[in-house]
Amino acid sequence: MNELIGLIFISLGLAFDVFGCLGLVRLPDVYNRLQAATKCVTLGTASILFGTFLIVGFTAAGFKAILCMLFLLLTSPVAAHAIARGAHRSGVKLWEKSVIDRYKEDKEGEA
Amino acid sequence: MKRKAVLFLVAFVVWCLLNWPPDWQHLLAGVFVAAFCAFMTGDLFVTRPHMLKHPLRYWHFLFSYLPRFFWECLKANVDVAWRVAHPRLPINPGIVKIKTSLKTDTALTFLANSITLTPGTLTVDIDKDKGVLYVHWIDVKDKDTKKATQIIAERFEKILRKIFE
Repeated sequence: MNELIGLIFISLGLAFDVFGCLGLVRLPDVYNRLQAATKCVTLGTASILFGTFLIVGFTAAGFKAILCMLFLLLTSPVAAHAIARGAHRSGVKLWEKSVIDRYKEDKEGEA
Repeated sequence: MKRKAVLFLVAFVVWCLLNWPPDWQHLLAGVFVAAFCAFMTGDLFVTRPHMLKHPLRYWHFLFSYLPRFFWECLKANVDVAWRVAHPRLPINPGIVKIKTSLKTDTALTFLANSITLTPGTLTVDIDKDKGVLYVHWIDVKDKDTKKATQIIAERFEKILRKIFE
């Protein structure tokens, strides 16, 4: 039974990962791509790891999977945040159809 | 001293889980490694150790923050997957500004991370002195600061205030 549920989690995770990669290819600029990359890839990978944990149970590999999941959930938003901030500061433009950029307005106000 | 003890315990538990099943050589090495970590970075990890003593905060964290977080996370994924798979790419991106009344570092970090993992939003920068977050929104519904704050941040702010403030 556990194995079946674990396999369901792994397939769900794979599906989300595929959508994340598709987003990387299809979306127009850095920021939108980061959205797809962080959200889909974080939950997709976490779900694969959780499925692994369900299948192998409380063994060495199982504990490592849980730890990886925790660190992934903690660090991947931070990484995305750092990349987005760095990109904006070094002058990467938003997609031309973007509606608003308050960050740029405020930065220009300061300078 | 208390701060270092907290970090020592956390580091030791992580070490034990990484080296499962436990055995005395691993545990001994773990004591040294955890002590070294605590010695080097103990002052950065927990800045207010007295906050760890309130059981109610853990209760709120486990039973009101975590379920909320996972639900929003799931919604975010379905939302982004739908936008990506849609043939016309229904996106309307932009960077908006939201205001927050949270003050402490931990609370702000959790708020920014939660925003990043929830539907269509990604934190770009934080201005701690003004209490302002700049958020990239994949589908801008309202350019006004107040309304954007209501839509994006309020669902987490109330819960996080109970836990971290």
